[in-house]
Amino acid sequence: MIYLDNAATTLLKPPGVAEAVANAISTFGSPGRGAHSASITASRAVYKARRQIASLIGAESASDIAFCSNATEALNTAIHGIFSNGDHVITTVTEHNSALRPLYLAQMRGTEVSYIHIDSRGILDYKSVEKLIKNNTKAFVINHASNVTGNTAELDFFIELKKKYGLLLITDGAQSAGTLPINVKDIDVFCFTGHKGLMGPQGTGGIYVKPGIKINPLKSGGSGIRSFDRLHPDTMPDALEAGTLNSHSIAGLSCSLEFISKTGVDSIHKKESALCEIFLDNLDRNEDITVYGDVSAEVRVPVISLNISDMSSSYVSGILAEEYGIATRAGAHCAPLIHNALGTAERGAVRFSFSYFNTEDDAIKAAKAVNEIAKYN
Amino acid sequence: MRTKKLYSVLSFRTTTAAMEAEELSHELCLSGRIIPLPPQISAGCGLALRLLPEEREIFMSHCDKKLWESCAELLL
Repeated sequence: MIYLDNAATTLLKPPGVAEAVANAISTFGSPGRGAHSASITASRAVYKARRQIASLIGAESASDIAFCSNATEALNTAIHGIFSNGDHVITTVTEHNSALRPLYLAQMRGTEVSYIHIDSRGILDYKSVEKLIKNNTKAFVINHASNVTGNTAELDFFIELKKKYGLLLITDGAQSAGTLPINVKDIDVFCFTGHKGLMGPQGTGGIYVKPGIKINPLKSGGSGIRSFDRLHPDTMPDALEAGTLNSHSIAGLSCSLEFISKTGVDSIHKKESALCEIFLDNLDRNEDITVYGDVSAEVRVPVISLNISDMSSSYVSGILAEEYGIATRAGAHCAPLIHNALGTAERGAVRFSFSYFNTEDDAIKAAKAVNEIAKYN
Repeated sequence: MRTKKLYSVLSFRTTTAAMEAEELSHELCLSGRIIPLPPQISAGCGLALRLLPEEREIFMSHCDKKLWESCAELLL
């Protein structure tokens, strides 16, 4: 199989990740829950991963990183923990449902939400943004990289505006962490997942919170400390980590983070971008194949969505899987608003998403398969 | 039965801080060992770092004050 659904989850992990999980599951006690060697081993592994994440995204301290089960949990934590009745939030139509659905819930509780739209290439309408800011605007919730077009938001633009108006910048890094260089120096909250670009196990992810920003926790419970307090500890990272952490998978994540650190995010980005270029270069450029988004953009993540003639994306994705052994993702990719904007709400799009472990041959075969389907179906 | 000895014991607000302190103590070649939080410091669970009394000043001089919450001399 040629696996090109890495925007959903990376299938091929760096060497040692699976072994790290297997080793952890047979040797780790509960992290932060004891001083015996099994528990301390788990605690050290979690701490190491925290430091690695902090280093990767430029956070000052490991304590600024709370682990979650994925980016969805991180975004729910941020959105439900920061916004209340009367607040106004500005977001984009490129968001994944992991941000949209918590925002819709917040709307039902009295938070106002405005959307930044996109042009026909999938690029955000930056000119409209300042006009959306109101007296009660509290934050931008911005998807760093679209899981449909691969295009990125210009975070510097939002950083400048958030400083000018005293707003928070909450960023969804589900598609960018591990794939694009990230520095959270001017970002207030950064949500990430461990199983996509970070190439770790599913069930890992987290949230960076700039010191001083208060987030009401989504959950409370066991913390391993201050057991007689009625309320959950309010010190990061424990404040956002009720219950036993998934230390087994975090040990695997730590291994993949080590690989990313050694390889370098720039090298990863360069290789993934090159694979996208090869794919695009080998695609027949004719009116039967419609590629969405601005694929010529300099900074983008390795995601390319397209449709063939008037075929449904599920039909094409099915042929790719059954006839060519190529794994892609059809449908709406949990990102309904961008599909509405691109005019693909009805048939979705076929998404090809590359990883560092794909090859040039994978990209060429995938493009040729698309060309054949366009020609003979 | 183990003979009780005097130790410097540091408590922390989070497990992460305790891990950071343990790592620092090892970097400084000190005897730092993570122990269950003694009840003389606080009831409930949690972790503490145990140091030899003579190591306390060395550790403190390299440690961010925000890292530890309290420090006590205890017979353990």
